[in-house]
Amino acid sequence: MNKLTPKERMAIERVVMPELPADERSRNFEEVNLGLSENQAFEEARRCLQCKNRACVAGCPVGVSIPEFIDALASDDLPRAANILRGDNALPAVCGRVCPQETQCEARCVRGVKGESVAIGFLERYVADWAMHHPDRLLRAELPPATGKKVAVVGCGPAGLTAAGELVRMGHGVTIFEALHDTGGVLRYGIPEFRLPKEIIDQEVAQLTELGVVIECNVIIGKTLTVAELREEYDAVFVANGAGLPIMLNIPGENLKGVYAANEFLTRVNLMEAGRRPESATPIIRSREVAVIGGGNTAMDCVRTARRLGAERAMIVYRRSEAEMPARVEEIKHAKEEGVEFVMLTAPLAVTATEDGWVAGLRCQMMELGPPDASGRRKPIPIPGSEFDLPAGVVVNAVGTNANPLLTATAPDLTLNKWGNIVADENGMTSIPGVFAGGDIVRGGATVILAMGDGKRAAAAIQEYLKGK
Amino acid sequence: MFNVISNELLAENLHKMVISAPRVARARKPGQFVIVRLAPGEERIPLTIGDADAQAGTITLFIQAIGASTQKIVATPAGGALRDVAGPLGKETHIANWGRVACVGGGVGTAVLFPLVKALAGAGNRITTIIGGRSSRYIILADELAPLSERLLVTTEDGTLGSTGFVTGPLQEMLADPERAPQAVFAVGPVPMMKAVAELTRPHGIETVVSLNPIMIDGTGMCGGCRVQIGGATKFACVDGPEFDAHLVDFDGLSDRLSSYRKEEAARHAATGCRLKEERR
Repeated sequence: MNKLTPKERMAIERVVMPELPADERSRNFEEVNLGLSENQAFEEARRCLQCKNRACVAGCPVGVSIPEFIDALASDDLPRAANILRGDNALPAVCGRVCPQETQCEARCVRGVKGESVAIGFLERYVADWAMHHPDRLLRAELPPATGKKVAVVGCGPAGLTAAGELVRMGHGVTIFEALHDTGGVLRYGIPEFRLPKEIIDQEVAQLTELGVVIECNVIIGKTLTVAELREEYDAVFVANGAGLPIMLNIPGENLKGVYAANEFLTRVNLMEAGRRPESATPIIRSREVAVIGGGNTAMDCVRTARRLGAERAMIVYRRSEAEMPARVEEIKHAKEEGVEFVMLTAPLAVTATEDGWVAGLRCQMMELGPPDASGRRKPIPIPGSEFDLPAGVVVNAVGTNANPLLTATAPDLTLNKWGNIVADENGMTSIPGVFAGGDIVRGGATVILAMGDGKRAAAAIQEYLKGK
Repeated sequence: MFNVISNELLAENLHKMVISAPRVARARKPGQFVIVRLAPGEERIPLTIGDADAQAGTITLFIQAIGASTQKIVATPAGGALRDVAGPLGKETHIANWGRVACVGGGVGTAVLFPLVKALAGAGNRITTIIGGRSSRYIILADELAPLSERLLVTTEDGTLGSTGFVTGPLQEMLADPERAPQAVFAVGPVPMMKAVAELTRPHGIETVVSLNPIMIDGTGMCGGCRVQIGGATKFACVDGPEFDAHLVDFDGLSDRLSSYRKEEAARHAATGCRLKEERR
């Protein structure tokens, strides 16, 4: 069926993702991207040139067989498309929503050289969502015979879930230990409902538990149990306990009432449902004016959340310009559509206070861009005399996190770098035999998909390690 | 799920709950806490582990039901269960044999003090325990603390039990008497009480430890909500504490941040019929 000539394929224009209208969605937490229709997905799949060198696959941190699943989709064989996708990626419905495809698979797409790349992310989401709604039509995954080996996975976020999915399909017994009361890690506490509905996480997790993965919540490795204890009971351990303590701004006024670290702001709303469900027992401070400091995806998530909590002026305050922002293009676009203000080339000097100790706003200074710094981005330089006040009743610090110290504090044999991140080789191997690590605890703050890539590689390395035992 | 083994009413609003949590019971050290969440949709509440029995796999929590969430937790009878109990969290208390130690507890802070007194007594310290409250109804754990203490002193603001006044009264007398002056002081209670104790011991240079109760969500250092200023540096009570050198704590800052949700809490308490103001572990 998928037998078009290249010329016919080239003639098809890239699909546009249907979205909730900006004025409607900026008042609720419903998912912004609505997903492609069957026709849209089919047409988009036919745009893929099926090139031999598979550049897109090389751009994917988990190596999804992209041309193959797209070909199955274009051939109207969704069960096969789903099977290919799920075979390579434990969380396709998540990746189809939150991956930065524009800098990964889609950036390598040949069609992008002279026009627009194939919308690989949208297609991934379409196939994954179809699979969720048609469990009866999926090809049953045949698990190999049980190996009798047990692997402990620390952390139920993207790296841990991916590793668990790979390991259980290899026939190993897998137990995930999660510190919080619910699954998903950053997918649940960090990423807002309007980008990744919790229902998607629930379903992806359910697919893993159906395969036999055991998830134990409320277990903090490093506190409830130590790595050494896990090492005694399990044949291998994969540590993916995620990001840690927020990096403070170290400016005056940072502890005023109404100043949040991004993780607290997002956790209150995402995990604890503050402001999202009237019956939630967790409060959140709201304001007509909210300033979010930072330029990454977390900052975008915070500012768009603030808008939905009722802020009339929801602002991104960033010391470089929009071109240097690490946030995904789509997040920036969506934020702007929803009325978020971008206060660029602006650095906060202090949080100012009202008489009774609440946030009054940010004392800011204008910046200009100088030559590139160590990060390769142009360095912001303060402009003397450019100080000004930005009124805000809530300030959110979204500049990043440091390494999580809880696990490593009780694992003295684990080699850390100078920032406290676990040192691991390209396969995730740490300084302790049988203990592997990946995701933010190794990388510092990174993305969901890089964490997933770590989980996948570590699972392969654990397989090799267990064979040798 | 974590089964409730027993639930006893010790005093008005004060419950002693024994919970089955074998891993926490095994790992727990004095000074540490758990995060309890009764059911989906409920808050995560930090509660000091009052005691633990590693053999039986149980932990004991002393819970003063003064907020909407704690009221619901203590309403769980023996045979019921708590959805989530995570821990042990925080650093363990530094226990040494100082010789003479004063342990000062205010209100429900006395419940937090109890495991410290037990550990300090176990290390051979001679302990004067001073506990206080607004009236006799707020004096808790006196029977449990008495056998661990060389002396147990009680103060109430209205004079309904013990001497009339604040816990700082008897402490001041101790400090003034070289025969009785302690080598270390542990104080847990409302922020103004802990601040007052810190100011009393500061001129004497006596090592003073307080256990702080800032607003907390995850308890694992992730959210940064529990940040406190200690000697001018930002610390996270859940990971770096909850106990700190009282002479370095910014009590005014702590007090101010604790009031962040007073309006919301008042509304919620009004809805649930609870009249008391402050929630603390």
